[in-house]
Amino acid sequence: MTPTGAHATTGTPATRRLGLVVCVLLVLLVLSGLWWSAEDVVQGSTVRIMYVHVPSIWVAYMAFALTAVCSGAYLSRGTRSVAWDRVAGASAEIGVLFVAVSLVTGSLWGRLTWGTYWVWDARLTSTAFLFITYVGYLAVRRLGGTLRQRARRSAVLALLAVLEIPLVHFSVELWRSLHQEASVANPNAKVEMDGLMLFTLMLGLATFTALFVWLVLHRQRVILLEDTVADRGLDEAIASRRDEAGAR
Amino acid sequence: MTRGSVVRAVARKDLAVEMGSRVVINQVAPFALVVMVMFAFALDNEGILSRVAPGLVWLATLFSMLVVVQRSFAVESADGALDALRVAGVDPVAIFLGKSVALMVQLFALEVLLVCTAFVLYGVEPSPAGWAEAFVTMVAATVGLGFVGTLYGGLAAGARGRETLLPLLLLPVVAPVLIGATRATEAAFGSGGASVSEGWPWIGLLAVFAVLFGAAGSAAFGPLVDE
Amino acid sequence: MEHASFIIASYVLTFGSIAAYAAWVVRRGRGLARRASREEMPWT
Repeated sequence: MTPTGAHATTGTPATRRLGLVVCVLLVLLVLSGLWWSAEDVVQGSTVRIMYVHVPSIWVAYMAFALTAVCSGAYLSRGTRSVAWDRVAGASAEIGVLFVAVSLVTGSLWGRLTWGTYWVWDARLTSTAFLFITYVGYLAVRRLGGTLRQRARRSAVLALLAVLEIPLVHFSVELWRSLHQEASVANPNAKVEMDGLMLFTLMLGLATFTALFVWLVLHRQRVILLEDTVADRGLDEAIASRRDEAGAR
Repeated sequence: MTRGSVVRAVARKDLAVEMGSRVVINQVAPFALVVMVMFAFALDNEGILSRVAPGLVWLATLFSMLVVVQRSFAVESADGALDALRVAGVDPVAIFLGKSVALMVQLFALEVLLVCTAFVLYGVEPSPAGWAEAFVTMVAATVGLGFVGTLYGGLAAGARGRETLLPLLLLPVVAPVLIGATRATEAAFGSGGASVSEGWPWIGLLAVFAVLFGAAGSAAFGPLVDE
Repeated sequence: MEHASFIIASYVLTFGSIAAYAAWVVRRGRGLARRASREEMPWT
């Protein structure tokens, strides 16, 4: 074992460059979102929340899609490489973070535009279920057992989530359509966007996508390290027990 | 052995274990009844109670189901029965179906008890057509719940901390069943002025759920208990 | 700017939580990498 010294990181020159690009893009996004872009004719200044809200939910969807793809790849490939599982786990964790962020920013936006933090419409409700489902997924990943057990369990769960979420969405939609008591502002109301507003939104999507790639790369490496170190910790514990037994 | 006979054998074994221990009869069923009584304390108004009775019946069913599912897999992992079946090369699909059938039988018995309780305590008065619809709803919902319960119970089986994890995993998945079964039962009971014919689309939703999770469970149970 | 507090809160919350998470990942990676060998880190 060659120790790597105090400067070991999960970064590489490529991720450092990517990280730099993300930082520059983030500064541009904030400037563009808060100062340069104009207010919307209908929504006024509240449209500025959109520039962080829409990209976060976009990243969350992307993350959960990646989790599902990697889980499918893990189960379908003969090799059953645990690398797929690491990317799936890293991606799901980041997805949970972003879906939480978008739920909170969404309800702040909702408070301003609809006058209420929460509306029981199908999209909001199934987003909340998305959050709970993947919190459960992350809990299953921490259940313990071997790496293969973890990979197998969580891969099956991730694929079941793909089945669950549309079902929840569909049933809530059916529920709301038959129980429409309160008439709320249409959440799909079109925002008339001028060039700079559209640019800001696209910039947000691009920035958050790059950020997502950076986070997944680092997080899946950290998971690899966690697994190796935990594995070695177990070996060391067994060895020290054996030594104790031998000394007695 | 054909798949059918394995399914029957597994289901019979699970039910025999229950008849031997009587956990569902002596603990889960009384628990479900207590929940129904507590609902009455919490919603202290007869008008409200008969209006929300369908939802309460299904909530009580879901809570009881969590206990039954945990029980069903605690027995398996305690004596390594699942491992033994696996090592013996028993078809995992048959194990899944057998355990699901056993769970469905127990859930159905609980639901009958809960609906009768709602009839007595909450003062719901369905028409004959309503009773028929309630019966179909219970069958459709129970099949779906049985498949999902077995699938997620198997997923967490044998791991530490599964008792606290199962509700988190299972409740979001069965939300469509809660929505569908509650609306269908409302139609059957005539709660809030609903008519019997309004319930059938919801029974359709329950059937779709049951078919999807039956198929998913059959496909996933193999890889899940594999290795 | 109208509703400035809500808008600023959204931005602070979004970027704050992402930054906190990123910092946690990087720090955890450093801590663990110190205990791992080069062969265990295929990216180095």
